[in-house]
Amino acid sequence: MENSLSRFGGSRMWPRAGRGRAIAAILTAALAWGTASAAVAAPEAATNAAPDTMILNVSTEVLEALRSDKAIQAGDFDRVQKLVNERILPHVDFDKMTRLAVGRAWRGATTEQRRTLTEQFRMLLMRTYSGALSKVTDHKVRLRPSPGQDSADDVVVRTQIVPSQGDPIGLDYRLEKTADGWKIYDLNILGVWLVQNYKSEFGETISQSGVDGLIKVLTDKNQKLASSAKSS
Amino acid sequence: MLALLGACASVPPNAGNNPADPFERVNRQVYAFNDTFDRAVAKPVAKGYTYVVPKPVRECVGNVFANIGEVGNIINAALQGKPGAAACDVGRLVVNTTVGIAGCFDVAKYLGCERNRQDFGLTMGKWGLSPGPYVVLPFLGPSSVRDALGEIPDYFTDPVSYIKPVKDSYFVYTGRFIDRRAQLLDVSNLVEDAALDPYQFVRDGYLQRRRSRVYDGNPPPLPDEEDPDSPAPDASSAGGAVRSPAPSPEAAPAAGVQPQEPPAPPGAAPAR
Repeated sequence: MENSLSRFGGSRMWPRAGRGRAIAAILTAALAWGTASAAVAAPEAATNAAPDTMILNVSTEVLEALRSDKAIQAGDFDRVQKLVNERILPHVDFDKMTRLAVGRAWRGATTEQRRTLTEQFRMLLMRTYSGALSKVTDHKVRLRPSPGQDSADDVVVRTQIVPSQGDPIGLDYRLEKTADGWKIYDLNILGVWLVQNYKSEFGETISQSGVDGLIKVLTDKNQKLASSAKSS
Repeated sequence: MLALLGACASVPPNAGNNPADPFERVNRQVYAFNDTFDRAVAKPVAKGYTYVVPKPVRECVGNVFANIGEVGNIINAALQGKPGAAACDVGRLVVNTTVGIAGCFDVAKYLGCERNRQDFGLTMGKWGLSPGPYVVLPFLGPSSVRDALGEIPDYFTDPVSYIKPVKDSYFVYTGRFIDRRAQLLDVSNLVEDAALDPYQFVRDGYLQRRRSRVYDGNPPPLPDEEDPDSPAPDASSAGGAVRSPAPSPEAAPAAGVQPQEPPAPPGAAPAR
């Protein structure tokens, strides 16, 4: 708790000065990237990129793929999942996401429980996320100015998904710098951080029926989603 | 109608323990009622509406309703001490009502003023009022004591409430309800997929979103966002014991990164 407080509170007074330059760099990078072909921009290329550049690249890439893929627009859910697995998955730290969402009970969980939790949570998120993506047709992404609570290895990148009609949708990412590049570990949709929302849900399940209870609920949920996807 | 009233929620034994939701037992009942109403009436009607009415027309209808809402946006932006936003909203109302043909087209957004939805609940939040307990209102859905009280001034700042033969205003309210529900079709499906317990998911999402909006999208972080496993004691064995493909071969990259942190300012150090 103190850790996170000081991490955010303390870092706020810190690296603000470079922001203007950072934005210039992002714009340049975005332009440069725009001229490169989508196929070349593999995950490896993004490993050393600044987090905002990475997010912008991956988002643009995915939206581009959604726009051009007729099968996805026709409702081919497997293809959406393939896209997510290939383009987004490499940039997400599900271990950390699960740890944060499970909260205090994580410390007492066995290795096997942790593995199952991470696996099931990953499945749930990927399925939901793919479901959301399959609704996307002609959307663009743009970066929004960061709220300024970044530190050197933990940042929030804020974007807006702009549909051809209607209000833009705020979509923010929290990333951490790891040995193999920046990794997303939380997602904010319209002001709602996913990890925090799941933390509350998980917490109440754990307090009622323990970690195994949560595992069961997650597994059941995934099975239900899988079977409903098949039948529809 | 009887079926609607008979809708009864299964209430978990620890309902009401969450300090943000002391009325959980009642709320769950109202939620179940709303959900039944939604499944039986609102959602099918909204689906029918999206099926019958072509998209450009629906967009026009949504824009017209949103344009009517600018009146409330102006008043609340002013009450929140945001003259810039209020001026923007005045511009939006004027431009969209005229050039945008009674609000049918949102032309003002191309002039640099994007829609900025406000309500009196947010205004009170801006003034420092905490949301108070979470409540679920019949038909209106998730709210809080503060936001529910805000519905009253919102009613008076809503031009629709001044439509003279009152039964005409009901017509407009119904239209607006269907328009809103139709716009939320994808979102509600998403919540259903993502949530383990939709009641909780909607509640926590609502509270988070409102808090975020009170702070204009930059809420101060909550104190309890800790990583329970930063040092990751079992990290090595977790990597070895996998049967199915694990999300990441290194179980805890977070732990590995800690030592290579650049010289941090005193405030960012973990211990304080």
